[in-house]
Amino acid sequence: MSSLTEKDRPIVQLLLNTGTCPRCILRFCCVGSQTLYRHPYKDLMKDLKEFLKNNQEKEDTVCSDVVDPPCKRIRLEHTEGGPGDLNHNGALQQIPSVNDGNAAMEDSAVKVCNVCLGILQEFCEVDFVKKVCQKVNSADYQFTSFVFSVSLPPQLSVRERAAWLLVKQEMGKLGLSLAKDDIVQLKEAYKWIIHPQLSEELGVPADGKSLFEVSVVFAHPETEDECRFLATACPDCFKPAKNKQSVFTRMAVIKALEKIKEEDFLKHFPCPPSSPKNLCVALEIQCNNGAVFVAGRYNKYSRNLPQTPWIIDGERKLESSVEELISEHLMAEFKADSFNFSSSGREDVDVRTLGNGRPFAIELVNPRRIRFTAEEMKGLQQTINNSSDKIQVRDLQLVTRSAIGRMKEGEEEKTKTYSALIWTDKAIQKEDIAFLDDIKELKLDQKTPLRVLHRRPLAVRCRIIHTMQSEYIDEHHFRLHLKTQAGTYIKEFVHGDFGRTKPNIGSLLNRTADILELDVESVDVDWPPTLDN
Amino acid sequence: FLQLQHNNCISFCRICVITLAEAHPLLQNGKTIKSINYQISANCSRLQNKVSGKSKRGAQFLTELAPLCRISSSDGEEYTIYSCIRGRLIEVNENILSNPAILQEKPSTEGYIAVVLPKFEESKSITQGLLTQKEYEEVLLKRLNSSS
Repeated sequence: MSSLTEKDRPIVQLLLNTGTCPRCILRFCCVGSQTLYRHPYKDLMKDLKEFLKNNQEKEDTVCSDVVDPPCKRIRLEHTEGGPGDLNHNGALQQIPSVNDGNAAMEDSAVKVCNVCLGILQEFCEVDFVKKVCQKVNSADYQFTSFVFSVSLPPQLSVRERAAWLLVKQEMGKLGLSLAKDDIVQLKEAYKWIIHPQLSEELGVPADGKSLFEVSVVFAHPETEDECRFLATACPDCFKPAKNKQSVFTRMAVIKALEKIKEEDFLKHFPCPPSSPKNLCVALEIQCNNGAVFVAGRYNKYSRNLPQTPWIIDGERKLESSVEELISEHLMAEFKADSFNFSSSGREDVDVRTLGNGRPFAIELVNPRRIRFTAEEMKGLQQTINNSSDKIQVRDLQLVTRSAIGRMKEGEEEKTKTYSALIWTDKAIQKEDIAFLDDIKELKLDQKTPLRVLHRRPLAVRCRIIHTMQSEYIDEHHFRLHLKTQAGTYIKEFVHGDFGRTKPNIGSLLNRTADILELDVESVDVDWPPTLDN
Repeated sequence: FLQLQHNNCISFCRICVITLAEAHPLLQNGKTIKSINYQISANCSRLQNKVSGKSKRGAQFLTELAPLCRISSSDGEEYTIYSCIRGRLIEVNENILSNPAILQEKPSTEGYIAVVLPKFEESKSITQGLLTQKEYEEVLLKRLNSSS
């Protein structure tokens, strides 16, 4: 073991004797060679023993030459169990001698590490790798890389701290120091070992930025209560538990460990940490794919279709919805868990959306399939359009998350054009409505319409009608085309909403007016990009 | 005097607009409105009602017998218009202060008195306690017959 030097000797000896596994020993000796950690467990154990033995022999010869007979004496006397020995290890616990340690080392292949609780032992083995990959493969995801995230039980941080204090003290005797940051992190070492194995078995590289996440949660019920003493020592680090989750989260425990004084720590926690009987358990192995976004524009041809499902008290009041008609097929193709539908504004149940349609985007959560060609997207668009005459979609395409922002800005900033069928109580002639065409940039004050007042704050909105164009039909009907600022309530502009929208068509014509039909003619947002449909 | 409560749009919309009922004296021929006063007591003016947020925090809470306003007609009569609905006062119609004529010309629309939002739990029972147009007309008919 060329990575280890003389000064590592006492550490290796100490940790091995107290029940620490070879890989954790390497970590505390600040060995940074990734490949070394990947060596088989048995080999590492053998090498460490060799390292100690060589030194032992060296020590013998050194001892016989140098005036330090106690070395030999101690070894012999430990086996005899004689009194009055110089305890090599100072003030700490009575530690089994090297020979006893050897016997213990024979069993250490099965002995669970007192620092990593088996993470760098059992959970680096091929059996566990196979188990993870089996879960991944059966989940049937499409992916080109993976990120492996591991959740470790909080008591590992506590044990790590205890081990560090132990090693620090030992090194202090040699006049050396060991900074916490020099120690190789457990998670890091674990990933060094398991990533290549997972990568090989899954056939794709590990990539920190991957959208496909394989996550494992480890727990160690046997030592669950080891963190409790921190709550009495640093009560302000632990906030009361939300729901039923434990207060002792990793973050809280780490924070408390930073605060607690060494002396207090050693008062409450055994140093070295005790050897557990059992390994950690892998509680869950889960797969998750990052969300994909599908955008497009929809037309709505029904006057009886809400945008989102209309359900009151568990009862569906109107059949289906725009979002369901579009998402249904996407969910099936992408095999997602759920979706989030958003659009650049929306229209009422009884309003049609004509022209180029309204931009929308759907977030598909945890999709199993993520790769679709332009051809496949076109096919998907066709499927949606064939399935319903109430809605039609166009420009269906995959987009990035950032694209959602562009669509939402359209909702607030861009103009819309409408066509309204208007009724008047008193008769009108062509001349009576002609003047509407000449009105430009008409300013409205709209109080929150009564029909939405139960779910919106009371406020006054200033909105602008940019242009209007009238089409006379008969003495009581005409059609009005309008181009308005985003956020204008058209129906209220026509009927006045009890006089709470001023001016309104009624006040402009000096009659009572009502709206019979409304269509959205265009939503003036140039996103998503138009495709050759 | 009966008030006809007006539920906007669909029954679960929940907003109530208080207007003068058809048969209200103020809406009969010959009556002119002299003044409308939203100051219903020394401490309470409906004009000072301020609501904020979706849940309409800060609204004056009304019970059935809470007065909304007092209207005086030129013939010396004074009428108190009561809420008749339990709920939060959202707004009173200030337009009738500047233009009292609309109260009589368009009592069911622009001449409304106030907007009230009942508690969600009570909205159904309140709707059920109201009269439909037909039922109201029957009541009026009965009243006419009994008085004649």
